[in-house]
Amino acid sequence: MRSLLLGAATALGMIFAGSAWAETVRILTIETNTPGARDYYTNAIKAFEAANPDVKIQFDYMDDTSFKSKLPTLLQSSSRPDAFFTWTGGVFHEQAEAGVLKDISAQMDENARAQYAPAGITAHTYKGKLYGVPLYAAGVALFYNKALLAKANVDPKSIKTWDDFLGAVKKVKAAGITPVVLGGKDKWPIAFYYGYLATRFAGTAGIAAADRGENGGFGNPDFVKAGGAFKQLVDLEPFQPGFMDTTQNKAAGLFGDAKGAFYLMGNFFIGVQAKNSTSGKGLGDDLDFIPFPAVAGGKGDANDTFGGVNGWLITKDAAPSTVKFLRFLTSKENQLEGGKLGIWLPIAKDAQANIQDPRLRGIGELLAKAPHHQLYLDQALGASVGAALNDAAAEIATGDITPEEAAQKVEEAREMR
Amino acid sequence: MDTLTRKRPRHSPMARLSRMQQDGKLTTILFFLPPALVLFTIFVIWPIINAAHLSFFKWSGYGEVTNFVGMQNYQRLVGHSVFHQSMWNSLKLVLASILIQIPLALAMALLIYRKTTVNTAFRLIFFAPYILAEIATGLIWSFIFDGDYGVSGQIATALGIEPIYILADRQYAFMAIITVIVWKYFGYHMMIFIAALQAVPSDLIEAADIDGAGPWQKVFYVKLPLIAHAIKLSAFFAIIGALQVFDIIIPLTNGGPSNSTHSIVSYLYTYGLAQLNVGYGSAVGVVLFILCLVSAFGYRRLALTKGDVL
Repeated sequence: MRSLLLGAATALGMIFAGSAWAETVRILTIETNTPGARDYYTNAIKAFEAANPDVKIQFDYMDDTSFKSKLPTLLQSSSRPDAFFTWTGGVFHEQAEAGVLKDISAQMDENARAQYAPAGITAHTYKGKLYGVPLYAAGVALFYNKALLAKANVDPKSIKTWDDFLGAVKKVKAAGITPVVLGGKDKWPIAFYYGYLATRFAGTAGIAAADRGENGGFGNPDFVKAGGAFKQLVDLEPFQPGFMDTTQNKAAGLFGDAKGAFYLMGNFFIGVQAKNSTSGKGLGDDLDFIPFPAVAGGKGDANDTFGGVNGWLITKDAAPSTVKFLRFLTSKENQLEGGKLGIWLPIAKDAQANIQDPRLRGIGELLAKAPHHQLYLDQALGASVGAALNDAAAEIATGDITPEEAAQKVEEAREMR
Repeated sequence: MDTLTRKRPRHSPMARLSRMQQDGKLTTILFFLPPALVLFTIFVIWPIINAAHLSFFKWSGYGEVTNFVGMQNYQRLVGHSVFHQSMWNSLKLVLASILIQIPLALAMALLIYRKTTVNTAFRLIFFAPYILAEIATGLIWSFIFDGDYGVSGQIATALGIEPIYILADRQYAFMAIITVIVWKYFGYHMMIFIAALQAVPSDLIEAADIDGAGPWQKVFYVKLPLIAHAIKLSAFFAIIGALQVFDIIIPLTNGGPSNSTHSIVSYLYTYGLAQLNVGYGSAVGVVLFILCLVSAFGYRRLALTKGDVL
């Protein structure tokens, strides 16, 4: 009995002593479906802990749906993590507005900021204050299956405009091949078409103005045009049968199994189409991409890109070493390594050199030369307007509403926001 | 029952209190009531009041609750076509539960209520779906309905016809959901009926036999009247359960296609929680609460007579 008590006391003492010596930095992130990503983070943590023996890093993973729904409560409680993963955009702005984040402008001087692409820093800034550290960028491109397009006698490199693309879709369909694979059940893959077309027709400035409610908000003719162009595609019935009961994950697998010719998706698709295919290898070298086509009379630059900027937000009262760790995690060396492993597109400057996959490198180059980078609309516009936009795009795809009604629905949601 | 219904002489409250103190009842109440009452208040009463309060605000879940909007959330609700659709869907579920599920359960119970080995096996088979977790059920059935890699796809291929994607079809997706729900829950109601049927005194059946009653007559004039209380209880559970359906819909259709298969609860989750409109979601919650309350008390008044226990 006595030795038991003694043991318990020692254990208790060690727990308290442990917390007195070491500082624990708790970071909450989303479950990643890229092979090798977890190991990458674990190795970075080990390296940091070896260099800073008095700091312990704890990484917690959560699937992204529960991550999103738990975050509001968690951030306002005292058990909030020191930093967490972010898609930036409207939800980040709400978090900053609510005062649950920490302004790290002072800790990130000019030199520190200069290590990242300017778009990464801008995405983590709200009302002139920096709240986070960028981790990676994502770009959406029009992927295609080389072999299937060759069979349909379509030259993908000749597709420059939306009309070219519609022409190619018709040709592919005539050849008896499903032209476009789409994960409609998740809705956001459908909204990529609507969002990219809106970026072309209205431009990033036009989207920002609509978000502020100027020029008729999202009811503006440019958004009706974007919906109209998408409707032209929908009217060709280009999608695989049952696309509204196909999740993004399943659709990626179908494409990896060569069940369709085109797929509009972010760069992470390169890995997902392989992982989810029946063989586990995907299309291999048959997979390539072209930039999203231009549209006639669009206000946006034809080189503008659409995609994500992701990073880490620091919460208020975060442990002192949080920023230090995150800067280490996103240092040029670690970014080079992440690019080499193909986990994502590095956002640190000059960290693209080691990217092995030619397609990933190509998308990185598109982003690098883009005059503007439009954030995914469902992230940029905040949760409720974003969801309304996804719904509107999905209903154009099912033929339930017209482009005018779609634009009106999004605008109504914006007015309610 | 006798001891409870017997008339007692009336006492003044003070006299009753001192009597309770003498026989130790007061101490029992003082010790045992507060924990239950506190838990009930914290986890049931307080959230209800809180949700009712929040439903008058516009609140994203972040920051202070300050943006009072009056009845705006309720006005939006009344005007939202997806909410109308989800109300209609919930009503369809209630009707399907009463008109399909309960009769099916009753028929099955009448067939297999006698204690034999074969019947036990059937009972197990029919009851098994009820044991499955709702999410697992949804995932299993979404695989069955999958026209590419799933069972229905394989059947279509074997028959040489075009695969059917029932969950992608606005017209039929909700029928698929109803099918799954009936499949999952009829076993539960069947068990209630079996228990009730086994409690029907055998001498009454024998008496009916002697009087020359046929099998249908025995069912309609002896068995059903004697298990009426169980049927009413079952119907009550079915109604309340149908109003609260959520975790089967999410994996099956996630409310789609085009938001046509939401129930009230999945509507609440999608538009209230996932889109961070906590105030709006609370308004939906209040409406659902009132619906449940009205149907529970309304049902009690209409269907249950004095002798029924609920």
